[in-house]
Amino acid sequence: MSPALSAKEYYGLPNSPILKLSSVEKSFGAKQVLRGVDLDVAPGQSLVVIGGSGSGKSVMLKNALGLMTPDKGQILFAGQDVTKATGKAREKMRARIGMLFQSGALFDSLTVWENVAFRLINSEGLSRRDAKERAVETLKKVRLGADVAGLYPAEISGGMQKRVALARAITSEPDLIFFDEPTTGLDPITADAINDLILEMVRGLGAAAVTITHDMASARKIADEIAMLFEGKIIWRGPAADVMQSGNAYVDQFVSGRADGPIQPAL
Amino acid sequence: MTNPLQIIGRVTLGLFAEIGRLSVFAGRVATAAVTPRWYLGEILRQMVRIGFYSLPVVGLSAVFIGAALALNIYEGGSRYGAEQFVPNIVVLGISRELGAVITGLMLAGRVSAGIAAEIGAMRVTEQIDALETLSASPYRYLYAPRFLAAVATLPLLVVAANIIGVMGGWLVSVYGLGFDSTVYLRNTVDFVTRDDILVGLIKAVLFGGIIAVMGCYQGDRSQAGATGVGRAATLSMVGAAVLVLAFNYVLSTLFVEIGL
Repeated sequence: MSPALSAKEYYGLPNSPILKLSSVEKSFGAKQVLRGVDLDVAPGQSLVVIGGSGSGKSVMLKNALGLMTPDKGQILFAGQDVTKATGKAREKMRARIGMLFQSGALFDSLTVWENVAFRLINSEGLSRRDAKERAVETLKKVRLGADVAGLYPAEISGGMQKRVALARAITSEPDLIFFDEPTTGLDPITADAINDLILEMVRGLGAAAVTITHDMASARKIADEIAMLFEGKIIWRGPAADVMQSGNAYVDQFVSGRADGPIQPAL
Repeated sequence: MTNPLQIIGRVTLGLFAEIGRLSVFAGRVATAAVTPRWYLGEILRQMVRIGFYSLPVVGLSAVFIGAALALNIYEGGSRYGAEQFVPNIVVLGISRELGAVITGLMLAGRVSAGIAAEIGAMRVTEQIDALETLSASPYRYLYAPRFLAAVATLPLLVVAANIIGVMGGWLVSVYGLGFDSTVYLRNTVDFVTRDDILVGLIKAVLFGGIIAVMGCYQGDRSQAGATGVGRAATLSMVGAAVLVLAFNYVLSTLFVEIGL
């Protein structure tokens, strides 16, 4: 296993990806979901992975986060094997990774500021007063006022919940942020506002971002590069500007949203 | 057509696999409970939810069980002219068996199913995944506090159930069966031993662990959707209730064997 490196040490190495998936395979019973995914993300790069329902996007993300263990292959974060890190090493690694879940996944029993400050209080050992100050500052970055801080997630709108979840993902200033369908369930205007916030936060932090989505407007806006996952493999990758002229029949069908073509609708 | 032996084999293997998974889960919860780090705020919050808020249901159940027990013992005892033993048998039955069993069964419904539904909802809304990405182990942050709270508060609830159950018997005996209040209470206090109380308390500790572990286990394995969470709550309640009764028998046999 490669030794863990600090972000500074790591960024000193030229052309080294912050995240690298090599030949990752994952099955559930007889169903093989990932069939050898190869993917790398450079520090500061925003990569969007597109793909239809059931193509394995969420499973890929959960493997990259260490929430699932791949059957085969290797996943490296800053040179460290995600699947082999345990205890303190895993905690340190996760402190450098942020995650925005599709549903927000805010803790119902905690207030907005307690959600945002969760890692600060429970992992970094900040006092509740200091953690609340940091949480309110982070909430401001996602355009939420201090008046929201004391509310519970059930008391705010879906768009606000997404912004709180974004604040929670960036509060410890991670090097890599995963976004799982960040605009799902939002109206187009709120979705665009979330895209703007994602861009602003990712660029502000200098973090790398991996987003999975099938919202093409969102993909084109936030991506430096786009990759397409189909039947458990990356079948195309290129600059975001090229996605409409990829020359790949699968990508063309997906981005134009046609039912006819090589991809069968998931009905 | 499927071979009946295949069906028996599949069911048996499935049962052993489930017991194995539950045992591994219980071991991980117990390990998290006895090793740092402890989330004291969470433990206290769960003690209030599991212990304090269960008092009314445990108290009401105990008073009626104690009252019915006294009536039945009086009815049975009068056939042999042994009615005077009502206070003795009521306190013995409640302190060694019924106080712990009634508390365990009521909490299997109120607490174990509640924990399963709560954890299940957290599982299907990705809140447990979110916990892990925030460097917090669900075993330490969610399961261990519930386990510790149940193990700590069930003995207290059993003490309450014992007292209230005996008072239920006393009410019926004094106001319905014509017993003298002072004599009834003196017979009760003179008859019950420290071991009788201890038996109930040991059972309560084990039942607390069973109730919390079953709730957390079924919640953690919950399938998506309202049906999945509902099923987790049902399985948790049924599993906890059956295990409480089964382990009650095992412990009662053990205590009789060792003379406790």
